[in-house]
Amino acid sequence: MTTAEPLAAASVSRFRLRRPGVWTLAAFAGALAVALPIGTALWLAFTANENVWPHLMATVLPGYIVTTLILLAGVAVGTIVIGVGTAWLVTMCAFPGRALLGWALMLPLAAPTYVVAYLYTGLLDYAGPVQRTIRSLFGFATMREYWFPDIRSVEGAIAMMALTLYPYVYLLARAAFIEQGPSAMEASRTLGCNPWQSFRRVALPMARPAIAVGAALAMMETLNDFGTVDYFAVRTLTAGVYNVWLKMQNVGGAAQIALVMLAFVITLLLLEHAARRRQRYHQGGGRYLRGPRFVLPPGRAALAILACALPVLLGFVVPAGVLLAMAVENFSAAFNARFPEFAWNSLRLAVVAAVICLIMGTLVAYAQRLRPSRALHHLSRVASLGYAIPGAVIALGVLIPAGALDNGVDGLARAHLGTSTGLILSGTLAAVLFAYLVRFFALGFGAMESGLARVKPSMDMAARTLGRGPTATFFTVHLPIVKGSALTALLIVFVDVMKELPATLVLRPFNFETLATQVYQHAATEQLELSALGALTIVAVGLIPVVVLNRTIVRQREGADGS
Amino acid sequence: MKTWIQTTLLATATAALFAGPALAQDKVVNIYSHREPKLIEPMLEAFTRETGIKTNVVFADKGMVERLKAEGANSPADLVLTVDAGRLNDLVEAGLVQPINSPVVKANVPAAYAHPAGLWYGMSLRGRAIYASRDRVPENVAKGLTYADLADPKWKGKICTRAGDHEYNVALLASVIADKGEAAGRQWLQGLKANLGRKPQGGDREQVQAIQTGQCDLAVANTYYYYLMVTNPQQKAWADSARLVFPDQAGKGMMMNVSGIALTKASPNKDNAIKLVEYLAGEKAQAMYAELNGEYPVNPKADSSAFLKSLGTYKASDTSLDKIAKARKAALQMMNEVDYNS
Repeated sequence: MTTAEPLAAASVSRFRLRRPGVWTLAAFAGALAVALPIGTALWLAFTANENVWPHLMATVLPGYIVTTLILLAGVAVGTIVIGVGTAWLVTMCAFPGRALLGWALMLPLAAPTYVVAYLYTGLLDYAGPVQRTIRSLFGFATMREYWFPDIRSVEGAIAMMALTLYPYVYLLARAAFIEQGPSAMEASRTLGCNPWQSFRRVALPMARPAIAVGAALAMMETLNDFGTVDYFAVRTLTAGVYNVWLKMQNVGGAAQIALVMLAFVITLLLLEHAARRRQRYHQGGGRYLRGPRFVLPPGRAALAILACALPVLLGFVVPAGVLLAMAVENFSAAFNARFPEFAWNSLRLAVVAAVICLIMGTLVAYAQRLRPSRALHHLSRVASLGYAIPGAVIALGVLIPAGALDNGVDGLARAHLGTSTGLILSGTLAAVLFAYLVRFFALGFGAMESGLARVKPSMDMAARTLGRGPTATFFTVHLPIVKGSALTALLIVFVDVMKELPATLVLRPFNFETLATQVYQHAATEQLELSALGALTIVAVGLIPVVVLNRTIVRQREGADGS
Repeated sequence: MKTWIQTTLLATATAALFAGPALAQDKVVNIYSHREPKLIEPMLEAFTRETGIKTNVVFADKGMVERLKAEGANSPADLVLTVDAGRLNDLVEAGLVQPINSPVVKANVPAAYAHPAGLWYGMSLRGRAIYASRDRVPENVAKGLTYADLADPKWKGKICTRAGDHEYNVALLASVIADKGEAAGRQWLQGLKANLGRKPQGGDREQVQAIQTGQCDLAVANTYYYYLMVTNPQQKAWADSARLVFPDQAGKGMMMNVSGIALTKASPNKDNAIKLVEYLAGEKAQAMYAELNGEYPVNPKADSSAFLKSLGTYKASDTSLDKIAKARKAALQMMNEVDYNS
């Protein structure tokens, strides 16, 4: 995410303004606000009323840690293999169905992991149709007579998460491969590499920052997941957070475990960062010259189709198909008069949150480009941590300062004005949206930071020399160039908010339901068939941005094709 | 990006930000509910029809204690609805609730299912029952089952339960601890864990499903799930494969838990809130708990449903819920120490 920063710092800082600009002040204020709930979680952790560690370390926690590490490693490997492999095939190779698959590979992003997990459990567990068929085919009577993998296991959880989270890696790797352009590849071929060597020695290392970001996103989503691991009875640190919070009534202890999880992520990111510290990633020109795709012979083309179709099939077609069947069958029971309202609530929260995250991300990333400062740099890293903190902990981090602010204002109003202002923020949609911002700021900021890093500082200089102010420069020069990154960020935040559950549950106003809360209520009462309609709607609405985004990416590549 | 898209987004943003749901100004009760709305909506609707008092609900199965704390004296919430005496006790220990002073409620809810000082009241009852396979467990064996039997090695590999740290199982262990002490509780839990046919997973209903599929012969699940499965076409076969057993009928009796209600300290609509509690404890709403959810009415004067009557009567353990709630912490620690979920 930060690879090009030293260069930006070195060259753009010559523009340094004499007084703190509007951008810088606004960025500081915004990043501070986003960091506030994370600071609250820290405060909770350091003011815990009871030390849970001796008991937990002596009992279940070592197991939770091992399980978490296995899960993270598995998801990282799974998403990278699927995401990078398919991105490479659809970008660089020519085979029938390539364009369609390039689009379809994004689809699993729209499906909430826990819903996919519920559906696969229904299909694959002992009572499901798959094992029933096996039993009737071979005449087995009990489960002791044959072996079948247990879906409710760490391996099952890895499979579910890899299938639904690989699009993060796929999206970023694909964009990186497209933007690399063919010149480096061609140079490597001229120097005697075969296609595989070019991929391994040139394209892959060049795409590494993007792949690392994608895998990091997938791993953070993994740490955030409670629904799937809870359903599979896989005991991770996230389960530990909930156990300590809800069962032991120890919020501070729960926050401490959440911080340990955070430490895992930060360590991983730092290791990755350190490993490529001395490398620089800049592309040549602003235009992506078209390179010929490797035309695959029929046998290999069939394998490529299979490799790209399988993730789509397992991650999207099968679960969506089952959902559709369930939704149709139970339509009259599941549909009620408020259903359109729930869908509208989900939609508007997701749209507004996506726009807010993008604006805040842009603000901080661009302010940092205008006037690089260590303080803002560190603050932006802290503000980005929300993505790796469980949604429920974020919700607590929002509840506490919002309540304190509301009651503080109310106290002042009562003392000086003789009137009560009541709760201004608590229990409103503004609090919910704020929690989304904290949770997903990293997506908007990360996308804009990496997008801006690809804009050569000479562009800024030229625009500024021609008399544009920083704001005008951004809108006329940067924005058109980083449009793709901005759209990617909008898409991912939009889809993530559609699926978000824990913070929405805890913070939402009276009588306010979204599709996700509705799905959860039915799933919690073990009536999955009634939740199918809502889940299907989440998936369907999530498809809209997938279509939009794909058109932009394809146009980018085809624009290159035309030149 | 096109200008019109930006305009639309901005307009939507503004509209969504400022169009908060309008709460009626008077004649309302605001409820934070840990119970799924579907289970309580019919009673709330009936209450609104009869009294004209509107109910506003936020359902969340976690985080409501923290929300109440953060909102403090300005919290709009009047009532908290939740399941499990332990969770009700959490509200008391956090100092978030005040006594419900109502002679009507006091007369309708037996003391065993209420906080001694009226800080919470049970609204419906559920027993922690044993489900026994109709095919593989003879009827006379099933009928004599006790909680102690769950730890008997003769059931090795044949028992299914949900996760140990779920409040239903924590409460069951807490009741064993409350009755027999920690050492006996630990021994019982270790025996039960050794008998598990599979790693604890899923909800209560899926334990009964495991009887149908042959993975287990005995399952531990709450009583009302029997009714919920029988009336669900997809799940009826699960229920039909098992016999619902009220444990310990020759001994101490079945361990009962409650869904309950508490009045917040900050309650801005206290009179309306108490009216709702009185309504819910009344015979009409109590009968609805039985009819709709298959839970036992807490009010002995209320009529239980034909279905519940068909299951026969049961003997309930007389260990007070307050005592069980206080043993909960030890129970939870024990679950971790025995590593029940692994």
